[in-house]
Amino acid sequence: MIETIDQIFVLLKHWLVGFLPAGLQPVASVLVSVVAIIAVFPSLFAIAVWMERKGLGRMQNRIGPNRVGPFGLFQPIADGIKSLTKEDIVPLRADAVVHFMAPVVLVVVVFMGIAVLPMGRNMTLVHMDSGLLFFFAMGASTELSVFMAGWSSRNKYSLLGAMRGVAQMISYEVPLLMSSVAVVMMTGSLSLGKIVEAQNQYTWGLPHWYIFTPWGLAAFLMYAIAATAETNRSPFDLPEGESELVAGYFTEYSGFKFALFFLGEYVGMLSISGLGTTLFLGGWSAPFSFLGWVPSWFWFFSKVMLSICVFIWIRGTLPRLRQDQLMNFAWKFVLPFTLFDLLVAALWRFMGDGWARWVVCSVILLLAYALMGGVGMYRKHFRVRSYRYAE
Amino acid sequence: MSFVFYAIAALTVAGGLAAVLLKNTVHCALALTVAFAGLALMFLELDAQFAGFAQILVYIGAVAILVVFAILLTRNAETPKDGVYSRNWLAGLVIAAGVFAVLGWAVLQSVRVLPHETTTPTVTVLDIGNALMGRYVLPLEIVALLLTAALIGAVIVAMHEKERAK
Repeated sequence: MIETIDQIFVLLKHWLVGFLPAGLQPVASVLVSVVAIIAVFPSLFAIAVWMERKGLGRMQNRIGPNRVGPFGLFQPIADGIKSLTKEDIVPLRADAVVHFMAPVVLVVVVFMGIAVLPMGRNMTLVHMDSGLLFFFAMGASTELSVFMAGWSSRNKYSLLGAMRGVAQMISYEVPLLMSSVAVVMMTGSLSLGKIVEAQNQYTWGLPHWYIFTPWGLAAFLMYAIAATAETNRSPFDLPEGESELVAGYFTEYSGFKFALFFLGEYVGMLSISGLGTTLFLGGWSAPFSFLGWVPSWFWFFSKVMLSICVFIWIRGTLPRLRQDQLMNFAWKFVLPFTLFDLLVAALWRFMGDGWARWVVCSVILLLAYALMGGVGMYRKHFRVRSYRYAE
Repeated sequence: MSFVFYAIAALTVAGGLAAVLLKNTVHCALALTVAFAGLALMFLELDAQFAGFAQILVYIGAVAILVVFAILLTRNAETPKDGVYSRNWLAGLVIAAGVFAVLGWAVLQSVRVLPHETTTPTVTVLDIGNALMGRYVLPLEIVALLLTAALIGAVIVAMHEKERAK
């Protein structure tokens, strides 16, 4: 019974595909999985948007959407219909072809990245020997879409937003990659399935997730920072800083193309959370060994949604960075720290089992953190700011 | 040589041609990314996953972006008055043909030198990693040194102008 519920989607797929002649079955199997991904992730996107609007509303002492359906739950559907019925305006001087291609490229690329994520036991669309590399290759291609959108709109705000966006994404892509390299070093494989398998072990009922090791925690924190910046989320949302750039690179998009950008951004967030879950939070494995009876896909999706909640929480908490702060933070703190963490991960690997490596690695990382933070903060005085006009 | 091969080849060649023939410089850069993507697909078609993904990651994710950045930062994307075609295109054609001939010769030579393999070899990422860290570690280190030198050079170029501005 437990087995059946765990594998219910796989069984359902086999049952559906079973109706077709044997020759068509492999193609149909892939098609069914693709349709499932295309159905599930936009629904999660709708839920995430609702959660974000409600959660931010709470943090800002507002109510948030509360008119459409119970607790405003159907708000995303209403928004979707609204964006479909809106007029699609393309600026007169815009580069029509590139302007049209930009959201398409974004959505296609973002959905392709999801194909390699293991969403449960036996629930990976494509088993790839180098799945992690594929994910990052797809992630890198989103920068092109940002540039295309910003450049083709012929709008100075769009172009500035695109320049900021691309510069930021290039800068934070390096630490994003480097922090996952530590996991690859430890697992000895680029295959996401194997990375999850390596973490799906228990000692005293506690899981062997990489986040529960000193190097893994450091890598996870760096990964989380870089992922927030990659997805242009607050506090790194300069490319679409509405007080400066209207809406950044998609200022000139309206109607459904705007909705596609919105979708691409949130699905990108979901997929990068999915990768973080896979790399550091044990993917579909249960947090305690006695919870092993809960279906694996439940764990994966709850971890992803939990990450989304953290994204929302951070957005409601932190103010936006300045451009120079953003760049300095990426190149002078995040990148050196991830590189250092690689060394620590290697040390961890070669120190063998035992408690000694826990102490040594933790102390080294804490010292490095204090040192790098101290150098970064040197001669910078922070105190409570007061603004004459605000008092 | 299957239909897929010809389709990808046509895409790649079309992208490459568009990159040299289009008038708008940014369009050229975008066409170049199409050619890069076609090459990546070609690698994947040949079952070389690692090379294909690395091609996407490095060429589309970094090189293409750098190209468009360079175009935007140095001059606008408008077509210059005297057209996009260089005056000494003949010399360029000769050099390109020469490079192509050398590459083609090397590839054709390798068919004769290497034993004819009947089974497709399976190369995993692990094998590539082992080869890079074992047999080819020296070339790897040299490339790393070269890149570091280029990076330092870039920083120095950027720093120099700043000091002069003071």
